[in-house]
Amino acid sequence: MPRPSPQVEEPAGGADLLCVCRDALVRWGKDARRTASLMVGQPDYEIYVAHAEATHPDQPPLDRTAFFRLHEARRFGAGGAFRCC
Amino acid sequence: MPKGRTQADPEDRFAMGKLRTALIFGAIAILGAIALAVIALHQGESISAVWIVVAALCVYAIAYRFYARYLAGKVMGLNAKRPTPAVRHNDGLDYVPTPRNVLFGHHFAAIAGAGPLVGPVLAAQMGYLPGVMWILVGAVLAGAVQDMMVLFMSTRRDGRSLGDMVRTEMGPIPGIIAQVGVLMIMVIILAVLALVVVKALAESPWGTFTVAATIPIAIFMGLYTRYLRPGRVGEVSVIGVVLLILAIIGGGHIAADPFWGPAFTLSGTTLAIAMMAYGFVASVIPVWLLLAPRDYLSTFLKIGAILGLAVGILIVRPHIQMPAVTPFIDGSGPVFSGALFPFLFITIACGAVSGFHALISSGTTPKLLENENQIPLIGYGAMLCESFVAIMALIAATVLDPAVYFAMNSPVAVIGDNAVSAAAAVAQWGFHITPAELEQLARDVGEHSILSRAGGAPTLAVGMAHILSGVIGGKAMMAFWYHFAILFEALFILTTVDAGTRVCRFMIQDLMGVAVPKMRETKSWTANVLATALTVGLWGYFLYTGVVDPLGGINSLWPLFGIANQMLAAVALILGTVVLFKMKRERFAWATAVPAVWLLICTLTAGFQKLLHPDVKIGFLAHARKYQEALAAGDLLAPAKTAGDMHRIIINDYVNSALTAGFLFVVLTMVVYGVRACLKARRINHPTVVEQPAAHELTLEDEAMDIARA
Repeated sequence: MPRPSPQVEEPAGGADLLCVCRDALVRWGKDARRTASLMVGQPDYEIYVAHAEATHPDQPPLDRTAFFRLHEARRFGAGGAFRCC
Repeated sequence: MPKGRTQADPEDRFAMGKLRTALIFGAIAILGAIALAVIALHQGESISAVWIVVAALCVYAIAYRFYARYLAGKVMGLNAKRPTPAVRHNDGLDYVPTPRNVLFGHHFAAIAGAGPLVGPVLAAQMGYLPGVMWILVGAVLAGAVQDMMVLFMSTRRDGRSLGDMVRTEMGPIPGIIAQVGVLMIMVIILAVLALVVVKALAESPWGTFTVAATIPIAIFMGLYTRYLRPGRVGEVSVIGVVLLILAIIGGGHIAADPFWGPAFTLSGTTLAIAMMAYGFVASVIPVWLLLAPRDYLSTFLKIGAILGLAVGILIVRPHIQMPAVTPFIDGSGPVFSGALFPFLFITIACGAVSGFHALISSGTTPKLLENENQIPLIGYGAMLCESFVAIMALIAATVLDPAVYFAMNSPVAVIGDNAVSAAAAVAQWGFHITPAELEQLARDVGEHSILSRAGGAPTLAVGMAHILSGVIGGKAMMAFWYHFAILFEALFILTTVDAGTRVCRFMIQDLMGVAVPKMRETKSWTANVLATALTVGLWGYFLYTGVVDPLGGINSLWPLFGIANQMLAAVALILGTVVLFKMKRERFAWATAVPAVWLLICTLTAGFQKLLHPDVKIGFLAHARKYQEALAAGDLLAPAKTAGDMHRIIINDYVNSALTAGFLFVVLTMVVYGVRACLKARRINHPTVVEQPAAHELTLEDEAMDIARA
C-alpha cells in the first residue's frame, strides 16, 4: 500500500470543500469509466490524442470511431483476447 | 491529523510508521487466527459464513503486506526507475502507461472467469474446510506468486508472451512443447466450459430461452455500435442489460407456455450440437456483430454479479450447512472420484493457482504497466481478489442443505432419476431431506427438476439465489435470481468459448503454417474455416462424449482440465525459477520452486492415477479394460445399449488416456529442461538472463528522448 502523500493545504471555507469533493467525484467517475472501457479492451481516446499530438504533430490522429474499431478488431484478432477459464 | 506531523523528524516518523504497521498487522493476525480457529475447530452446530470471509481477508492482508513486498524487494528486485514497456514504447495505442487502479480493474476482469466459480462448488463434496484451506494457501503461496512472477518477467521483456519467454530462456524445443501444451489446454478448457453450460441448460426452458435471447440482443448491440452510435459502449451496455433482465422475466412466461415451453426444452445432446454450430458461426463472422457486444455484457455482468454476491454474503451472513469435512475425502464421493490428495488440488484450480493467468499476465497487462513498483498490486493483488471470488463460490455452495447439494451434483447412475430415489440415496450418506422438499425447491427456482445437475453452475445459482433473495425479493424472487445467476455464468462462458475458439484457430493456423505456409494467412477464408472447424471439432468431441457419459462428463473432464491448468502453472513457475537462477538470485528461487514442486507432485500423481488407477471410477485404462472384458463376454454395460456404444466408450477412454499421457509428457520434459537450465545458470558466475537493458544502459539517444518527453 502506498503511503499517503503529504497533506495538502486544508481548504479554507465550505465552498472550497465542495469544490474538492466535486473534483474528487469527477476524478473517480473518470477513473471508473476508464477502467470499464479498458476491461472490454478500449483504452482511453483522449490520452491517445494527447500522445499523438505530442509525438506526431504532422499526422492527424485517428478519429474516435476508427480508434474504437481498431481496438475492437485487435481484442479478438491473432494473439489477443486470452480470456480466463 | 495534526499539522506539525509533516515537519517531524524523519527518523521519528519512520519509527512511528513501523510501530503502527506492527500494531495494525498484529491485530489483523490475531483476528485471522481466531477466525481460522473457529472454522477449523468448530464441531456440531453450523457456523456463520462471515468467519470464512474474515479469515480470508486477514490472510490476504498479511500476505499482501509482507509476502508480496518480500517478493518485490528481495526475490525479484523490482526497480521503480527502470522504464516499463509502456513507458519505453508509449504509442498511445498498445503501449500506454495506465494508472494502477484502472489497470488493476482491467487485469482482474481478464483473469476472473468461470473457473473459480465451478471448482470450489465441486470440491465442496469434501466439506468446506479442505477447500477453504487450499484456496487460501494456494493463492498466497502459489497462484499469486505465479501471476506476479510472470508479470514481472514479461514486463522486463517488452511484454512478450509466456511461450516466447520459455523459448528465449529455456530453448526452442521447450518453447514448441509449451505451445502445443497451451493448445491442448485450450481445447480441454473450451470443452469443459461448454459442458458446464450444457449441464445448466439441459431440460431447462427458462434458462435456454434467456441464454438464447442473448444472441439477438448482442446482434442488436453490435449493429448499434457499428451504425447508429459508433463506439458508445456505455449506453449500449445499459440497453443490453435492460434487455437481458426483460429476457429473464420473459423466460418465466415462455417456460410456462404450452407451446414455447416444450420448444425450449432441449436435451443435452441437442444443446451440445447447437453449441458447436453456434461456436463455429460466432467465431467466423465479424467480431463486431456478436463477439464484441456480448463481451461488454458478460464483462460488466460478471463484475456486477461478483460485487453483488459479496454484498449479499455480508448482508445475509448465511450459515454454512455443509460439515467441515465429509467422509468423501477418501475418494468415494459422487461429484468427482479420487481422494483428497491429489484431487482436491486439481479440482480447485482457478482461485488457488491457475496456469491460465500466466497467459494473461504476459498478454496486454505488461504493456500497460506504468511502473515496476505496481507489479505487486496488479500481479499479486488481483489474484487475491480472484481467490476471494472462489471463497464466495464455496460459501454459496456450502450454505445449501448438504442433502440438496448432493442431490444436485450426483449423477443419475448414483441417485436415480426421481426425487424419491434421490432422497433415499442422500439419506444413505447421512443427509436428510424429503422428496417433497426437493420438488418444492425445484419449483421455487422455476425448474422441473434440480437433480443431477453436476457442473457447478446450477448449484452456484441455487446458492446465489438463496443469498440474493435474502437481500432483495425473498422467496418470490428466487426463480429470478436463479436464472440471473445461470445467465451470468452462461454468458461469460459462451464469450470465453467463442473468443477461445478464435484464439485456438489462430494458434492452429500458426502451427499448421509450419507445414503449409498458406494456412498462416488469417484473412484467407479457406484457412479460417478449416482451422475453426478443426478447433470446434476438437472441443466438440470432448463436449459430446462428456454429455453422453453416464457419470455426467464433469467427472472425467474436470480432472483433466484441472491437471492441464495446474500443469501450465507448473510450467510458468519452472520458467520463473529458471529466470531467478539466470538472474543469479538463486538463493530466492525457492519462492517459485516450492510451489512448482508441489504442483508437480499433484499433477503427476493425479495424472498417473487417472491413467493407471485400478478403480474404474478413476483410472481411464481400468475403465476401458472393464468394458473390453464385458464386450468379449458378450455383455452390455450401462449406459451402452449396443456393441457400438461399447466400442465408443472404450475409444473415449483411450483418447482421454492419450491426452493425460500427453500432459504428463509435456510437464516432464519441462522439468528436465528447467533443471538443466538452472544447473547451467548456476555454473556461470554472471547473470545470463535475456532482459531489456535497464535505464542506465540506455543509449544517449534514448536518454535524450526521455529528457525531451519529460
